[in-house]
Amino acid sequence: MNAIGLLRVALRALAINKLRSILTMLGIIIGVGAVIVMIAVGAGAQAKVDEQIRALGSNLLLIMSGATTSGGVRMGFGSNFTLSEDDALALNRELPEIIAAPALRGTSQVVWGNTNWSTVLFGVTAEYFEVRQWPVVRGREFEPSDLLAATKVCIIGQTVARQLFGDADPIDQVIRIKRVPFTVIGVLENKGQSLMGTDQDDLIVMPISTARKRVLGGNQAKQRSVGTIWVKVREDEDAKRVEDSVRQLLRQRHRLQSGQDDDFSLRNLSEVMAAQEASSRVLAILLAAVASVSLIVGGIGIMNIMLVSVTERTREIGLRMALGARTRDILGQFLVEAITLSLLGGLIGIVIGVATSLAIGEWAGWRIQLSPESIVLAGTFAFAIGVFFGFYPARKAAKLHPVEALRFE
Amino acid sequence: MPVLIRTRALSKVYHVGDNVIHALREVSIDIQQGELVAIMGPSGSGKSTLMNVLGCLDRPSSGSYALGDREVSDLDADALAEVRNRGIGFVFQSFNLLPRTSALENVELPLVYAGIDTRARQQRAHSMLERVGLGARTDHQPAQLSGGQQQRVAIARALVTNPLLILADEPTGALDSRTSLEIMALFQTLNREGMTIILVTHEPDVARFAGRILRFLDGALVEDTINPQPDDAHQLLAALPPVNTLPLSSGTDKNASSSTVGSA
Repeated sequence: MNAIGLLRVALRALAINKLRSILTMLGIIIGVGAVIVMIAVGAGAQAKVDEQIRALGSNLLLIMSGATTSGGVRMGFGSNFTLSEDDALALNRELPEIIAAPALRGTSQVVWGNTNWSTVLFGVTAEYFEVRQWPVVRGREFEPSDLLAATKVCIIGQTVARQLFGDADPIDQVIRIKRVPFTVIGVLENKGQSLMGTDQDDLIVMPISTARKRVLGGNQAKQRSVGTIWVKVREDEDAKRVEDSVRQLLRQRHRLQSGQDDDFSLRNLSEVMAAQEASSRVLAILLAAVASVSLIVGGIGIMNIMLVSVTERTREIGLRMALGARTRDILGQFLVEAITLSLLGGLIGIVIGVATSLAIGEWAGWRIQLSPESIVLAGTFAFAIGVFFGFYPARKAAKLHPVEALRFE
Repeated sequence: MPVLIRTRALSKVYHVGDNVIHALREVSIDIQQGELVAIMGPSGSGKSTLMNVLGCLDRPSSGSYALGDREVSDLDADALAEVRNRGIGFVFQSFNLLPRTSALENVELPLVYAGIDTRARQQRAHSMLERVGLGARTDHQPAQLSGGQQQRVAIARALVTNPLLILADEPTGALDSRTSLEIMALFQTLNREGMTIILVTHEPDVARFAGRILRFLDGALVEDTINPQPDDAHQLLAALPPVNTLPLSSGTDKNASSSTVGSA
């Protein structure tokens, strides 16, 4: 019997017990749907992490000032400004494979007209934008003269722009930071959330010299100290090796003896990101694995119903054999029936899975990424389940003895 | 007439637990082409086993069986399936039609397994249904047909591959007497046209239409008699009070085919 003939016979047999066929397919429908949804959600989460990595900038090192000890009480990192702008200058000078950007941090209320907003201030050098891979989308970056003369200019993040100015154009507007008037010369590109969920666009950057003199004031004893230095390792450099060179240079500059702890902390953010990405991938695989368990359960359901069907139709099998059906004809008939069940279930599952994924994306606001590969994979899996779980019942049918099958009551 | 069936010392032995059951004991028979043979015997006499073996549904434990010029006692399952498909037409007591399937498709079924293409299949099935007087009911499903009509569909199915013989197992067992007569008349017509027919029955009423009667007891052939003057089912039908006319020839009297409505 040819393929179309087999398919017609299978569809007719399934149509006789419509409710039973649909219930049997339900396992496969749920399994395929779940696999597609889980892969879509997992891929969406991973895409989000990837995006955050891109937003952070690749090959990024973060150096933070070290801990102080006062009266035996050790404070956390950043409690003492052990880093200085000179460290950054030295890094840029000594290590051509990196770009270092020192940053001074503070918080303040900022005012424009009758609105105000509390945000984070960063005093930075011109390298900051390149190191963070964070371009200014409107206006301009700092000129060297801004840094030298400590001019009262600033560049604001998207959130600050929205909160202070709404729809108005912030360029050349004057805002007040700690009562000091600053001219807004630029707006940074939208960067989105950080890995920890904080809004990276809620900030104002200004020349580091301005920040020190006009706003953050500070520590007279340590005129040039900074809290953090961002370091961008140039592409195709070995981040691990560069990390060691940076550590060596800083230890040397800080006159640390061997055996003494670092007075700064050096973190490779890309590694943190990579770990996060790996864990989100593991989670996606785990979800898909759980979903595929229900596919296998669905397959067992198909096998169960096919066994019932073979028993119910023993006389029909006997008759077909009497009329000349060979072993492979009967095997084919029941195998095609099982595969039709699983493929039909798979198709419905794909439709439901895609619809559910889109609905989750729409209503829950999660990032969803539907891939054609996952649909093909789920379909292929459904087909394989039909073959695998349909084979045993079909073989049982084909191995029946014609006389016994005909006499079966 | 050439010999169509030749068995020599055909035996079938079943082992049930420690018991050995001899279903067939060294049966040797020759059946010529064109014969109408009735196999008789009480239940358990081995007549069903013989039919299964002659029908290539089962293999003998020992002995030889030649169908036409081919030895079939030692063929494997798929080869036997092919012999059944090409050489033997089965008619069963319970008709054994596929439910929810039209008469035409039921008749087509053996041709499907013979690998005939759809168009030729439908043509042959259609003409065979016309031959048994059901040309107007090709798209009826079994549930929409009377018992007699269902058996006619089954006979059309048996004939459609143009087999060497027809094996009928109690073909009238589920039919009333008038319909039984009609079926027997159809068999006699087919036999007169040259078809070899073997009827398995325990009813003398059926056997009297056969030209030869084989009697079995405890698995052995005990009597082989020629019936020189078999009854003519057509005449008996004609003698019955007329209900309607009957389509017994290969004619295609479509009105006549309704004669069996409600008769079973």
